Amino acid sequence: MNAALAIIAVVVFGSVALGVLAGRRVPMNLENWAVGGRRFGVVIIWLLMAGEIYTTFTFLGASGWAYSKGAPAFYVIIYGTLAYTLSFFILPAVWRAGKRYGLHTQPDFFIKRYGSRALGVLVALIGVASIVPYLQLQLTGLGFIVEVASRRAVSSGAAIVVAFVLTCLFVFTSGIRGAAWVAIVKDVLMIAAVAVVGIGVPLACFGGVGNMFKLLMERMPGYLAFPGGTPNLGVVWVMSTCLLTGLGFYMWPHVFGSAFSAKSAETIKRNAIIMPFYQVPVLLVFFVGFAALLVLPGLKNGDTAFLSLVQKTYPPWFLGFVGAAGALTAMVPASVLVLFASTLIAKNIYRPAFAPSAGEERVIRLSRIMVFVIMILALGSTFFLRRELVYLLIFGYDGVSQFFPGVVLGLFWKRATKQGVAAGLLVGVGIVVGLIVSSHDPVLGVNAGFVGLLANAVVTVLVSLGTQSASGGWE
Amino acid sequence: MKKGTRYALLLGAIPFVTLVLALPLVNRERPVVFGLPFLLFWILAWVALTPLFLYAAYRLEKKHNPPDEGERGGGP
Repeated sequence: MNAALAIIAVVVFGSVALGVLAGRRVPMNLENWAVGGRRFGVVIIWLLMAGEIYTTFTFLGASGWAYSKGAPAFYVIIYGTLAYTLSFFILPAVWRAGKRYGLHTQPDFFIKRYGSRALGVLVALIGVASIVPYLQLQLTGLGFIVEVASRRAVSSGAAIVVAFVLTCLFVFTSGIRGAAWVAIVKDVLMIAAVAVVGIGVPLACFGGVGNMFKLLMERMPGYLAFPGGTPNLGVVWVMSTCLLTGLGFYMWPHVFGSAFSAKSAETIKRNAIIMPFYQVPVLLVFFVGFAALLVLPGLKNGDTAFLSLVQKTYPPWFLGFVGAAGALTAMVPASVLVLFASTLIAKNIYRPAFAPSAGEERVIRLSRIMVFVIMILALGSTFFLRRELVYLLIFGYDGVSQFFPGVVLGLFWKRATKQGVAAGLLVGVGIVVGLIVSSHDPVLGVNAGFVGLLANAVVTVLVSLGTQSASGGWE
Repeated sequence: MKKGTRYALLLGAIPFVTLVLALPLVNRERPVVFGLPFLLFWILAWVALTPLFLYAAYRLEKKHNPPDEGERGGGP
C-alpha cells in the first residue's frame, strides 16, 4: 500500500466511524432522522449547508472550468452569493412553516400549503429524478479522485463501491446527524487542501497571483472575460445561469430540507449573512485551474487539472491528503442526497400510493431500507450511464429550480393554487427536457432551464388566477 | 409591507443588480485591480460586500419590525 492510499483509507474509514457514532444514543424517529430534532445552531447549520454546496463539483468541476473555459467558470462564485441572499428572505418563512406543521421534507411543504397529496407525489418524483444525476456526479468524481490520488492502486469502480457503501452505512445508522458530523472533517480538510494548492502554486511558479493573471492575459487575451475560451457561453448565458442556479440552489430537496433542522428562524438569518464567506475557497479553486493552464497546458480533460497539478508540484503523500479531502467532498453531499431521496420515496411516494395508513414507525423503517435501494440505483446509473460532470449538475439544477415558483408564491401569495403549481411544474419540466433532449441548450444564448423556469412562473400565476383551491389548513 | 422588510428587500436586491444585471457593463479584463482582471475583481468585491448588506438588512428588520416578528407569522 502506498503512502497516499494509506492516508485516504485512514481518513475515509475514520470519518465513517465518526458518522456512525454520531447517531449513537439518539432514538431514530423521523424528527431525528431527517431534521436532527430541529436543534442545529448557526455553526452546525453553516457546516451542513456548506457541506451541501462544496461538492466534488467545486473541487474538480470549477477548477476544470477555469482551466478549459476561463471566465464562464466565475458563475460558480456568483450564484452561491445570490442563493444565500435569497435564503435570507425565503428560508425563515419555510422554517416557521416546518416548525408549525411538523414538516420533514419539501413535498410535505407542498402538501400542506396546497392541500394536495398528488402534488406532493409530483414534487417528490421530480426531486428524486434530479437527485440521482447529482448523486451520480458525486460518485463519478469520487472514483476519479481516489483512482488518481492512489496512483491507480485502487480502480475508480472499486473506490466508488467501497466509499458509497460506507456512506450509506452512516446514513442508515445516524440520519442527518451523521452527515453533519462528517461535514466538519470534510470542510477542514478541503479548505486546507485548496488553500495550500491555490495559494502555493501561483506563489511558487509565478511569484504571486497577480503575476499569474498578467501572464495569462498576455498569452490568452480575452480568456478572463466572457465568453472566455468557449464559443457559446457569453454574458447572457452567464446571467441566465446565475439566476437559474441562484434561485434553484435552495430548491434542492436536501438543501430545502436542511432548513428544517435549524434551531430557529433567527439561526437561518444569521447563517445567510455569513454564508458568502464560504465563496473564498472557490476563488482559490479558480486559481488552481488557472495555474494548471499555464503549468500544464493541453490536458485532454479539464476535470483532471486540479489533481494533475498536485501530482506535478507536490510530494506523493500530499496527493493522498488531497485525495482524502476530495473523497469526503463527495461522500458528505452524497450522504445528504441519499438521505433525502430515501425519505422522499418512503414518505411522499410509497406511503400515499401503497400504504396510506402507515405510521411513522413504518415510514422510518422504510426510509432506512430505501437508502440501499437508492444506493443500488445510483451505482447502476454511475456505471452504465456516463456523462461529463458539469452536465449532470446542470440537468439536476434545471429540474429542482422548477420548484421555485411553487415555494415562493406559496409563501407570499395567498392566491397560488395547486392547479397553478402543478401546471407550472409540468410545463417547466417539459420545456427543459424538450430543449435538452433536442440539444437546444443554451437556446439563443439563454440557459434552457431558465427558459423553463420563466414559462413555469407565468403558467403558475395565470392558472392560479383562474382556479380556486383549499390550502389544507395553512394560515 | 413593513418598513423594515422594505429596507431589507432593497438591500437584498443589490447583489442581483451588481452581480447579474451589471455584468454586460463590466465584462472586460482591464484595468487590472489588485492584480486581478477587472471582471473577477468586480465579482469578488460584490461577493465580499454581500454579508455587510445582509447584516444591515438584519439590523433594519430588527429595528423597524415588531420584536417578535422573527419567530412568528408566515408571509406578509
